[in-house]
Amino acid sequence: MTMRSDRQAQGALATDWQSTSADLQANSALQRRKSEASRSAWETIRLVVLQLFMTLLVVTFLVPTFWMISSSLKVSTEVFAHPIVWLPQDPHWNNYVKAFQLLPLTRFLYNTLIIVLFAVVGTVVSSALVAYSFARISWPGRNFWFALLLATMMLPDVVTLVPRFLIFKNLKWIDTWLPLIVPYWAGIGAIYVFLMRQFFRGIPMELEDAAEIDGASRIRVLIQILLPLSKPVIATVAVFALLQHYNDFMNPLIYINSMDKWPLALGIRAYNDSYTQNWEVVFAASTVMLTPMVAIFIVAQRYFVQGIAMTGFGGR
Amino acid sequence: MAATTALSGKRRISKRQLRDWIAGYLFASPFIIGFSVFIAFPMFYSVYLIFVEWDLLRPPVFVGFANLAQMFKDPKVNLSLYNSAFYTIFAVPIQLTISFTLALALTQRIRFRDFYRAGFYMPIIVPLVASAVVWQRVLHPEFGILNEALGWFGIEPRMWLFEPRLTKPAFIFMSFWMIGRQMVIFIAGLGSIPESLKEAASLDGAGTFGRLRYVILPLMTPLIFYNMVIAIINSFQTFVPAMIMTEGGPQDATLFVVLNIYRNAFQYFNMGYASALAWELFVIVVGFTLFQFYLSRRWVYYEEGE
Repeated sequence: MTMRSDRQAQGALATDWQSTSADLQANSALQRRKSEASRSAWETIRLVVLQLFMTLLVVTFLVPTFWMISSSLKVSTEVFAHPIVWLPQDPHWNNYVKAFQLLPLTRFLYNTLIIVLFAVVGTVVSSALVAYSFARISWPGRNFWFALLLATMMLPDVVTLVPRFLIFKNLKWIDTWLPLIVPYWAGIGAIYVFLMRQFFRGIPMELEDAAEIDGASRIRVLIQILLPLSKPVIATVAVFALLQHYNDFMNPLIYINSMDKWPLALGIRAYNDSYTQNWEVVFAASTVMLTPMVAIFIVAQRYFVQGIAMTGFGGR
Repeated sequence: MAATTALSGKRRISKRQLRDWIAGYLFASPFIIGFSVFIAFPMFYSVYLIFVEWDLLRPPVFVGFANLAQMFKDPKVNLSLYNSAFYTIFAVPIQLTISFTLALALTQRIRFRDFYRAGFYMPIIVPLVASAVVWQRVLHPEFGILNEALGWFGIEPRMWLFEPRLTKPAFIFMSFWMIGRQMVIFIAGLGSIPESLKEAASLDGAGTFGRLRYVILPLMTPLIFYNMVIAIINSFQTFVPAMIMTEGGPQDATLFVVLNIYRNAFQYFNMGYASALAWELFVIVVGFTLFQFYLSRRWVYYEEGE
């Protein structure tokens, strides 16, 4: 409010001073100042309301996750209490012990680690190779293959679901991790290849021109010159691929039968189906699955944001 | 003499070109092989599968157009299409409205913008299976937090996931929770609108609404279009929540297309029929996407030149 009256006073002063030679310009300047003043007051009110509203809304968005974590530390009577108990009386860490005992949660964690690790490394390596070819080498058919690559982005995975299953069944790969890993060594993650290609194209050619280029030294150019300059895009690809494979539910569901080979995604579903009365245990297991993601998000937040902004794509 | 040097020179260039070609194909070979093995071949294979009946125990039997004929009159197929269409039609426009509004709000001069952005993005970090598990309980009629919160406003508890009429709306509501990615895309787009354009509009007398309507919205149409296309493709393929929270129920109210395909393939072992259904979904999704691209010429603004 003080700001508003100040500005008005200034405006008034200005008109007094210029009143003798009152011309159009001064008049319009006064009006502009007046409207500016009232606007800035409205602006302040608007921003305060907005601030409050956004705070309320972001809290609402965080509630389900918060409720999951807090309930994972409750005793069962608190989980099923009315009205809702938001924070447990004292944290009941035993729920986590139970979760690890009821189903082989450690095993699920280990399986997920291995699957995700190999799938992500495969994605990064293969998309770097393919992207290098599309970005830096001219060869006949390049545009054709690149168009095909882009076209696969539109392809709903479901079309290849059944035939892929039959192929892997023929290869006797059912109930192994191979169907969850091998395809991703083949550079078919179009978005990742595209992302890397765009990045490579932004790196000046002069760096490579120095190196006399033949087939053998191209690998060295890629590894020694391009990749060290491409850390941001590698991180983005790795983070998105990690999200994708960590979240993958459909493929493990179809390919993995034995529980000792399940990743977390299938494990959490088993908790949900088997311990319908023990919400606190289901929540504890879900929190275990959430934790690595939160850690990665905190560490690599800017790669999430960068990657989404660059591609409009965000994992999963 | 001159001819030979020219020839050898030409040969040298073509040798180098040849090396490039070989290198190009070698580096691209993971994709060329991967595309052939994991995409092209499966697609042709599944065209063949449309015309057979195969339960994986006995050898496949050629049945002609029987699968396709059955597909068009199968009430479950039609119901699954209806469910997915219902979900998509209501979820996507509201998602886009929410994420765009949030992005607009988060580009105003308020404090803690990074915190808000992270907070709205947080649900995307929650693994899909875990979020389905949580939401199954958020929506629980007796102990869920949604009914509890509605109770504060005097609204009667509902049987969200147990009453066919309410299940799809509940799923749609849940999808609003996961708009973080759309929001981040919109924020990036809003950030790249030149300040000079907004100022110019203000000088021409445009208020907040005018700036939004005549400057910001037109410049954002490519991103709105992009988000819409992706959201529709994804919504039509919803699977995990239906599989975990309701298993397609109650009374098939959440029997979405992909769930129906999954069941036909891996629970009833009708490989041929499932392939026919997958192709139906493919035609719908691709057709719809192309139709949107066609329509986009009328409303999406692209900067000229470049």
